[in-house]
Amino acid sequence: MLSIKNLHAEIEGQQILKGINLEVKAGEVHAIMGPNGSGKSTLASVLAGREEYEVTEGEVTFLGKDILDLAPEDRAHEGLFLAFQYPVEIPGVSSNNFLRTALNQTREYKGLEPLDAVNFLKLMKEKMALVEIDQKLINRSLNEGFSGGEKKRNEIFQMAVLEPKLSILDETDSGLDIDALRIVANGVNKLKSPDNATILVTHYQRLLDHIVPDFVHVLYNGQIVKSGDKSLALELEDKGYDWIKEEVDATIS
Amino acid sequence: MIDQLKHNFKTFETSLNGATKSNWHELRTEAFEAFAKNGFPKPKDEEYRYTQIARALEKTFDFSATPVAIDAVHGNKPLFYDSDAIHVFIDNGVVQKDSLTHTELDAIEIMTLEEATNKYPEEVKAHFGKYANVQKDPFTALNTAFSYEGVFIKVTKNTKIERPVLLHYSTDGNNSISQSRNLILVEQGAEVSIIESHTSHGDSAHFSNHVSEIVVGANANFNGYKLQHQHDKSYHVDNTFISQDRDSKAQTYTLTLEGKLIRNNLNFALEDENCEAHMFGLYVVRDNGHVDNHTNVDHKMPKCYSNEIYKGILDDKAKGVFNGKIFVRQDAQKTNAFQSNKNILLTDTASINTKPQLEIWADDVSCSHGCTTGQLDEEQLFYLRSRGVSKSSATAMLLHAFVNDVLDKINISFLHNFINEEISKRLD
Repeated sequence: MLSIKNLHAEIEGQQILKGINLEVKAGEVHAIMGPNGSGKSTLASVLAGREEYEVTEGEVTFLGKDILDLAPEDRAHEGLFLAFQYPVEIPGVSSNNFLRTALNQTREYKGLEPLDAVNFLKLMKEKMALVEIDQKLINRSLNEGFSGGEKKRNEIFQMAVLEPKLSILDETDSGLDIDALRIVANGVNKLKSPDNATILVTHYQRLLDHIVPDFVHVLYNGQIVKSGDKSLALELEDKGYDWIKEEVDATIS
Repeated sequence: MIDQLKHNFKTFETSLNGATKSNWHELRTEAFEAFAKNGFPKPKDEEYRYTQIARALEKTFDFSATPVAIDAVHGNKPLFYDSDAIHVFIDNGVVQKDSLTHTELDAIEIMTLEEATNKYPEEVKAHFGKYANVQKDPFTALNTAFSYEGVFIKVTKNTKIERPVLLHYSTDGNNSISQSRNLILVEQGAEVSIIESHTSHGDSAHFSNHVSEIVVGANANFNGYKLQHQHDKSYHVDNTFISQDRDSKAQTYTLTLEGKLIRNNLNFALEDENCEAHMFGLYVVRDNGHVDNHTNVDHKMPKCYSNEIYKGILDDKAKGVFNGKIFVRQDAQKTNAFQSNKNILLTDTASINTKPQLEIWADDVSCSHGCTTGQLDEEQLFYLRSRGVSKSSATAMLLHAFVNDVLDKINISFLHNFINEEISKRLD
């Protein structure tokens, strides 16, 4: 589904990603872990098409299509979804209107008829129940005045409505208390299917108790330096990142 | 030019039979003398520093014609029409008298100023030219000097006029000049909403010079909407003077969508205690459009409240000017005054000059002001796009969100819908 080859990216002349290789297949859950500043969020941003980052080398294909030249909205139309680490508040933009536009422009891209108001409302109700989000939040302006947990829950709600093929969750767990984490994780698990895939970008192993990954990768200094199964995450939780840094630094010297 | 106007002024005065000895005549003479002395604003005039209107006017318009277009009446279709409203048509500054026959109305009287001088001489004498300061603004002086009719509205004490009054101002071009004038009296405890819709026809230049004096009686409530939707060769100067008596409330909405050069001088005088004044402004300007809003609130007495929110979106090479003055006199203790001006520049060539001006002589007051100017928030734009909303839709959504807190203050639904649709057309 997603194939990243030798991806290099920089921001303001500073190289952040230094040759990422990653293959994600339908039905898989990948966790990308790593110390602060290793490039985890940059990877998520580059995949979603944030314009501040410049890709200097490498390629990314998604469902067989080169996506690096696509606008962010077209990547979304192709089925890519980024749950933001810090979802932005947009006062004055109604959640309803925004989501309906997003959904219908995606449908248009795929050559489908737009959903009318009645069917859209039905879909909203169904997805609200699925991710346990309060109607009151959806009635408000987008993320305006939401708590941290409410913002993250709203990200998962949007994901449920848009039904992406590949979801990238950028530190969705950070700043969440246990109950909020469980609700968010439940939502993600319910949305999992053999046809879609998930990339969890996270600093903590805690999330992986709730969403069990098939693969765990460690990102350090702009490269994936270690991959394994879920036991790698437990090892990291236990021993921290220093032993990985030492291992990598030893190989270089 | 001044000499030519002097000649015009004499011709104009003699053409008004028998009116030369009246109080109005004295006002006209005083106004013309003020104009003759000061002329149009000089390049260094602080009040018009960012709006170099004089040169543009002298270059474009022929002031040898009397600056009152007496004929040129044409049957144009109004910009919008709502059957609920009370309609009055003013073409090239001339009130269309057949549009004044609103026999069904009893709590509101609408007539020409000329008729009002016969029917309500005391009221006209007491209020006409009393608020429009001819010494301070040359356009007010020019307007008063050549004033001979206009719209007079009187809302009877303790009545609420449910239907909005809609004044349709239409102009057509030929590099002509028109002047229009209003005197609106909202008597004690009365309530009314008045919409001025300014449009232009044809495709040549026109200069319209408009003055309104509005007297809001004690405990009365006035809503004044101004929709400026002329074409891109129109020059428009508006001077509005609102005088509020105690416990009264006034809301103004200055909505500017199109025009070559627009200058609005909005003046509030809060003459007694416990007045409330709200000023809302919205300007969405493109191409080479130039919009200048000068507002002035004079807090004369204690316990008054004024609140101002002006928002602008400037595209292409459009220029905006905002100058908001809050004047709090020594007697005006317990004044609450707030002001905010926010702008979005869509291009590098659009610009805005914004200046709050607070002059406070009382010590127990609460005043605040703020202005921001910027581009669209990139982070918000990316967020919307990352969900599959196209760049143009996302931009439109954010601009709508930006103007919404002003738009939502428009209480007349057909006007709200009209503005909303016009802005959507522009932004999408």
